[in-house]
Amino acid sequence: MTTLAIDGQTVHAEPGMTVLEAAQRAGIRIPTLCHHEGIEPYGACRLCTVEITDGARTTLQASCCLPAREGLVVRTDTPAVTQGRKLLFQLLLARCPNVPAIRRLAADWGVHDTPFSPKDEDCVLCGLCVRACAALMGPEAIAFRGRGVSREVGTPFDFPSETCVACGACTYVCPTGSVQMEAQTAARLRKRVATERKCRYMLMGIVSSKLCPNDYDCPHCSYDQAMEFRFGTHPAFAVAAAKRSAGVVPAGIQEGGKDKR
Amino acid sequence: MDVPSQIASIEDLERWKEDGLRALAPGARKVTVGMATCGLASGAKAVFDVLTEELGKGAPDVMITKTGCLGFCQMEPIIEVFQPGKPRLLYKQVTAEKAADIAASIISGKINKEDVFCTIDGEDKEGAAKTGLRGVPRLEDIPFYAKQEKIALSRCGRIDPESLAEYIATGGYFTLWKTFTAMTPDAVIAEVEHSGLRGRGGAGFPTGRKWQLTRKASGSPKYIVCNADEGDPGAYMDRSLLEGDPFAVLEGMTLGAFAIGAQQGFIYVRDEYPHAVENLLNAIAQARAHGLLGGNIMGKGFSFDVRLIRGGGAFVCGEETALIASIEGRPGEPKQRPPYPAEKGLWGKPTNINNVETWADVPWIIAHGADAFRSVGTETSKGTKVFSIVGKINNTGLIEVPMGLTLREIVYDIGGGIPDGKKFKAIQTGGPSGGCIPEQLLDLPVDYESLTKAGAIMGSGGMIVMDEDTCMVDVARYFLDFLKEESCGKCAPCREGIDRALEILERICRGKGKDGDLDTLEATAQMMKGFALCALGTTAPNPLLSTIRYFRDEYEAHIRDKRCPGAVCRDLIHFRIDPEKCTGCMLCGKVCPQGAIKGERKKPHTIDEARCIKCALCYEVCKYDAIVKE
Repeated sequence: MTTLAIDGQTVHAEPGMTVLEAAQRAGIRIPTLCHHEGIEPYGACRLCTVEITDGARTTLQASCCLPAREGLVVRTDTPAVTQGRKLLFQLLLARCPNVPAIRRLAADWGVHDTPFSPKDEDCVLCGLCVRACAALMGPEAIAFRGRGVSREVGTPFDFPSETCVACGACTYVCPTGSVQMEAQTAARLRKRVATERKCRYMLMGIVSSKLCPNDYDCPHCSYDQAMEFRFGTHPAFAVAAAKRSAGVVPAGIQEGGKDKR
Repeated sequence: MDVPSQIASIEDLERWKEDGLRALAPGARKVTVGMATCGLASGAKAVFDVLTEELGKGAPDVMITKTGCLGFCQMEPIIEVFQPGKPRLLYKQVTAEKAADIAASIISGKINKEDVFCTIDGEDKEGAAKTGLRGVPRLEDIPFYAKQEKIALSRCGRIDPESLAEYIATGGYFTLWKTFTAMTPDAVIAEVEHSGLRGRGGAGFPTGRKWQLTRKASGSPKYIVCNADEGDPGAYMDRSLLEGDPFAVLEGMTLGAFAIGAQQGFIYVRDEYPHAVENLLNAIAQARAHGLLGGNIMGKGFSFDVRLIRGGGAFVCGEETALIASIEGRPGEPKQRPPYPAEKGLWGKPTNINNVETWADVPWIIAHGADAFRSVGTETSKGTKVFSIVGKINNTGLIEVPMGLTLREIVYDIGGGIPDGKKFKAIQTGGPSGGCIPEQLLDLPVDYESLTKAGAIMGSGGMIVMDEDTCMVDVARYFLDFLKEESCGKCAPCREGIDRALEILERICRGKGKDGDLDTLEATAQMMKGFALCALGTTAPNPLLSTIRYFRDEYEAHIRDKRCPGAVCRDLIHFRIDPEKCTGCMLCGKVCPQGAIKGERKKPHTIDEARCIKCALCYEVCKYDAIVKE
């Protein structure tokens, strides 16, 4: 057990916990968009940046990627943190002025408008969908494409994905509602003959045999709702956790995986 | 060649040395052509061909060889003429015609002193070569070279980069032998640490400490990497080093691998450097063939090999975690540190990454001792640093100077000042991550701390000199435009921040700046400095912040007065003709693509502003300075 100070409050952290997780557990608010408890930290949105004093050095660091170490002094409310956070919210508001989730989060932190000219994007490029796809199920059906301002999420070359199993983890984790269940994948599955129309939970390997009676209209499927209720989260997370404990690593995060292929 | 194929003893090295010395100071005449990229770009290949043809006919006994860049790139193509017992002569800016004259003078044995640039000392010990030539300066006396001190570049332009023998003849690989026979890995690290060498890639982390961290990190195997992904506009230190002295980098890496306990090294070099890649591949093949790389190096039981990885030219891949991702075959995107590569690098194993120049400094430090290195430089920045000085400067080229030299000495003593009698405005150090330093800070000593305090950085060593005709807002806009292209887009502060700051700068340059723009720019810059994921993002605002800090009046002139003091921003400048100076020669009227200039012969002309597209062609062709840009 490590002990650190967050905003003057003594906080205990389990081994392997990040500063963000320790803060969340202690009920200290830190905003974040790209963090999800079931997925490896990525550090893309930077909203969770806090001021860290470690010995004599004081720096700004993203708390989602920072392991909680003994004796760290964390401040979430210094002028450097709050001013930078405000500006970052203003940038995100300018990128996605019409996304309710972003507007809500920004408003929670007191930011209501932006000095920058508005664009009209849905996606904040947090990478949760891409990471969920690679790390939970492993098909890597979607990825980042392009660089810098032209960065976007999509399938390779915009071809309908051959590896997507329609698990829906991407839509589940998306904080802005930008990722919609791949219509193309549903269409691809629908083309199959009735005996080959496997339910997405069969494709995920959660159930051994289950065909889709429902034309792949998962949001309105009672079986789908039952599965979510059973696992208490998106079933893909449960599958990933089960695979991890069995020592099976999804293809996407194997060491040197790409090289060997 | 009567040299042993496998080098496995001091006698073997001595025999290679003799062979190399025979090539460097032969018993016959020799001509050496500088054929690094700078030489080739100014026509060295044609010069080489002419010399080969003419000398082949008139004096077939003359050897013709190649060498790397001697630093004074402006004077390329540079050739060196060696005649036994006589001073070595350097010729500058040799054209194909001049090369034919030089060939004729070599054949006849008569030298026309007027054409000679300077004399240069060589490896030959005879007195004749050292005495110089009356009326011709020595290399050391030329202002460009006078204040330089060469460690990393000591062989560049002096040896054939393709010849292992010449590298050994100038002391190469003796250091490795000495290390294998008389030093422990810990002793090597202690020596490097004591030397005070700091990372030459720009951040300035102490090299010895970095090695120690990797050596002590748990995990096996360990890797070392040479970062040759040089991408700053106007910077070419690493390229010249790899082209001119690739063996030094290999020997440095082998020493590092021995000290750290690594068996595999990688050189990550951008594919836009074909000549450097070629010379490196050649050096690696030769080192492997003669037992200097691969299994059981020099028969001493240590194994180490190097793989060359060619990068696709993404600027961000110079950032170490992105570089690692790229070598692993993933998109070049940075990852949050910690863990640092020293703990978890390539494939999760301890990895030590150093810049080309850092690796090239290592053999010199081990050979001459850490104290010799420490004796050069300042309290916190030891040794020398290579810089490329480009832009509005008389002497363009690659220099190596002791740390602590002032910017004024670099610009005026070495660089020869600003061309055309213009006034100095700023010097940009450290590339897109660096800052612009104004005239009032020219006496700043060049070391890591001083530059950082001034809002710039040491960086890998690019220096761009700007004169009074430069618009500092436009400079900031240029660098942010470069970074917008090169940001990987992973983290929001860098991707969105650069994009929006650039948007505002472009607006200011178009004369559409508003009150409050400067505050927004500064707030955005401050946020990026603290919040961005990697060094590209955290240093990206430096050009912006430093220009606002030192040239705020220029920003205000753009925003408030809609005026560009440097007369660069097209939307804010106007052209008119000074009737006092205009002779009515009609030249401007002829070049104007818009037909906007009217006037009769021998009478002052006028410009119709409504039609003028501000292409500045008239301004450039006018011989009487009658066109006024304001």
